[in-house]
Amino acid sequence: MTDTASPTHGDEGETRRDFLYLLAGGMGAVGTVAAVWPLIDSMNPAADVLALASTEVDLDPIELGQRVTVTWRGNPIFIDRRTKAVIDGARAVPLEDLPDPETDDARVQQAEWLIMIGVCTHLGCIPKGQKSGDPLGEYGGWFCPCHGSHYDTAGRIRKGPAPKNLVVPPYSFVEDTKIQIG
Amino acid sequence: MKRVVAGVLSAAILAFGTQTMAAEDKALPDFKWSFDGIFGQFDRPALQRGFQVYREVCSACHSLRLIAFRDLADLGYDVEQIKAFAAEATVVDGPDDEGEMFEREGRPSDRIPSPFPNAKAAAAANGGSTPPDLSLMAKARPHGPSYIRALLSDGYEDAPAGFEILEGQSYNAYFPGNRIAMAPPLGDDAVEYQDGTEASVDRMAADVAHFLMWTAEPKLEQRKQTGIKVVLFLLVLTGILYAIKRKVWADLH
Amino acid sequence: MSDFQTTNPVIKWIEYRLPVFSFLDHAVGTKYPTAKNLSYWWNFGSLAGLALVIMIVTGIFLAMQYTAHVDYAFDSVERIMRDVNYGWMLRYIHMNGGSFFFIVVYIHIFRGLYYGSYKAPRELLWMIGVVILLVMMATAFMGYVLPWGQMSFWGAKVITNLFSAIPLIGEDIVIWLWGGFSVDNPTLNRFFSLHYLLPFVLVGMVVIHIWALHQFGSNNPLGIETKGPQDSIPFHPYYTVKDLFGMGVFMIAFTAVVFFMPNAMGEAINYQEADPLVTPAHIVPEWYFLPYYAILRSVTFDIWFLSAKLIGVILMFASILILLVLPWLDRSPVRSSKFRPVHKQLFWIFVADCILLGWVGANPAEPPYLYIGQAGTAYYFAHFLIILPLLSVLERPRPLPNSISEPVLKGGGTAMGATAKPMEKA
Repeated sequence: MTDTASPTHGDEGETRRDFLYLLAGGMGAVGTVAAVWPLIDSMNPAADVLALASTEVDLDPIELGQRVTVTWRGNPIFIDRRTKAVIDGARAVPLEDLPDPETDDARVQQAEWLIMIGVCTHLGCIPKGQKSGDPLGEYGGWFCPCHGSHYDTAGRIRKGPAPKNLVVPPYSFVEDTKIQIG
Repeated sequence: MKRVVAGVLSAAILAFGTQTMAAEDKALPDFKWSFDGIFGQFDRPALQRGFQVYREVCSACHSLRLIAFRDLADLGYDVEQIKAFAAEATVVDGPDDEGEMFEREGRPSDRIPSPFPNAKAAAAANGGSTPPDLSLMAKARPHGPSYIRALLSDGYEDAPAGFEILEGQSYNAYFPGNRIAMAPPLGDDAVEYQDGTEASVDRMAADVAHFLMWTAEPKLEQRKQTGIKVVLFLLVLTGILYAIKRKVWADLH
Repeated sequence: MSDFQTTNPVIKWIEYRLPVFSFLDHAVGTKYPTAKNLSYWWNFGSLAGLALVIMIVTGIFLAMQYTAHVDYAFDSVERIMRDVNYGWMLRYIHMNGGSFFFIVVYIHIFRGLYYGSYKAPRELLWMIGVVILLVMMATAFMGYVLPWGQMSFWGAKVITNLFSAIPLIGEDIVIWLWGGFSVDNPTLNRFFSLHYLLPFVLVGMVVIHIWALHQFGSNNPLGIETKGPQDSIPFHPYYTVKDLFGMGVFMIAFTAVVFFMPNAMGEAINYQEADPLVTPAHIVPEWYFLPYYAILRSVTFDIWFLSAKLIGVILMFASILILLVLPWLDRSPVRSSKFRPVHKQLFWIFVADCILLGWVGANPAEPPYLYIGQAGTAYYFAHFLIILPLLSVLERPRPLPNSISEPVLKGGGTAMGATAKPMEKA
């Protein structure tokens, strides 16, 4: 193979063997990685899980002032169809009063529809406020019973240990009264 | 001595290979399929036709419970077509906030709903025999696709003289025991193919068998394509290892 | 104090605190002298090790997706096949890996039988191997139940029912095995638990197997001990590279089956979910159990107070347990069949008998298969209990070479200096 200027016959053999070792070692490494990847990837979400990664929700039956909970990726999604008064109230709050400053406008795509993941940003409890009779907290929004976090009518943290506002999931209006979450 | 052993071995292997076939009365025809062989692929138009046959004929009695509408993307349908297939189906969901189960339109993530709520109901509606689920039928029978095609196309015959067939049964040459509770399901033009193919009984039988091979082994193409790469890679690596082995051992001899 | 030489400071640092490198060097490295004439039949030990690793690794990941419940087991396996990323690959590797594990282990065992590897001083090494085979069989049997197909269920039912043949307490043992009055959810759950546990027991026993192996080193095709450094070569690099090459060949055959004919060795009916009310027409075990199954079914007559069923069960277990005493049944001082002309022929007849029994096991238990099975069973035990002891006395072995390097020299015609050369490295 290597009939170039190798000084002795023995060296030629050594070079060729070293090359083969490198080649085999390289291929072995590539092969091992290729064989390990299916194992790792098998732990990623499977096709049936991914198929449920986005949910379509029909907003039509929800009345003005009504709060509805749906499930998305195993978590509750709070849907609140807010009245004009509630929207105006939320927009009147000065940003400096907020631990996690965010305008109401930035948290909604259509002012009437507030859509949030219903998981307290403190330690993951589900805040109260979706059902009639639930405590709404001091700001008329949601109240987390675990450690007493109060959220306002835009789902923003106002009082208590939670550091962040309730998270807005990725969603889009596929029709006027239909959203796709995820 | 070695020849004797070889003879015994090959006789034994021959016997192993043929003994599973002995159950059927009539030898299965050796149909050729596009998914045979290491380069085998499904035939998309045949899959879509087969799905149409399932939907318009088989699904009246047979479930396909392991298949979700989203899986039909494999057959070459786009998202809108799959949503339309799903929307035709009614799915039981729930319970709702009042604790009641309710019906809704199917979604792509839903499994294809079964024609009967459970096996007992299926048996009751079919004279005591449960129409089996078809999801895995092409793998659950020896030579599955050919068996399904043969059974549906030319398996139905007049029973031989003296062979007793009960009320509600038919004679089928390929069905184990020959007494089948399914009446001949296909007649010429039982479906009107969307792609204009003439819907002969044999065509429909072949298409639905093709489709059922896909439902049984949806990863067949991925498997074979991966296999070619893996085996080629190993051939090269093993060749290199052999060269190294020769080199290392060379200084011994 | 370590005899391990290295210039790499990291390895030195570790070696000083944990002498793992010198341990490996003595186990599979340059400090493990191995007979220089091992043939490719000696590759199957390392291949069995590879198969065990493949089974454990794929099994761990499959267990993350599997549901051990009679209502969900079948569907969870199909979910693995359809929805889990690469699930079909892991499942087919695991499913066919079982078959390939048995293929290499059977070849490994028959190699030992042919070359007399079970003889002194390697009796205990051999006996540990027999126990490994038994644990492997239990693991395979329970694993086959997990997909909860028709053959899974009926195989489990038939095999667990064997224990009812035990006098007096048989029925109670079967109910205890089942955890109920039939093969049902408790049975599936305990089988899953044990199927996950036993492979690790196997790993432990393989370690002991290899430990025992290192006491005297591998047997070899000539069946004579190494008599000096000229007879042996260091395990590394000679046998490491040979084993790696063998693994490559094994992987080619294995992956070809996994990717191109993954269901060829399985029973089609196992793709139908278990139905406790409908028995399949033919209940057959996986191919690697067929010979034992034939022995089990070959007994159709009671003897004295022993029922046919009980004798069948006893014979089936005896067919493997008899290997434990093989070192004392075959008293011939010569190990390798190379120098035992009659044993060599009888060995191949014995192989043919095992294959014949396998063929009988795949067929219904009725004439003529039944009679063939009875003859095969009789011969199987006669081979061990009559033929081998007699042969030890009657056979006149051919003269053994003085040393391993003697016939090598004769064949290769090289000078003494050439064969001694590799030992300078060792």
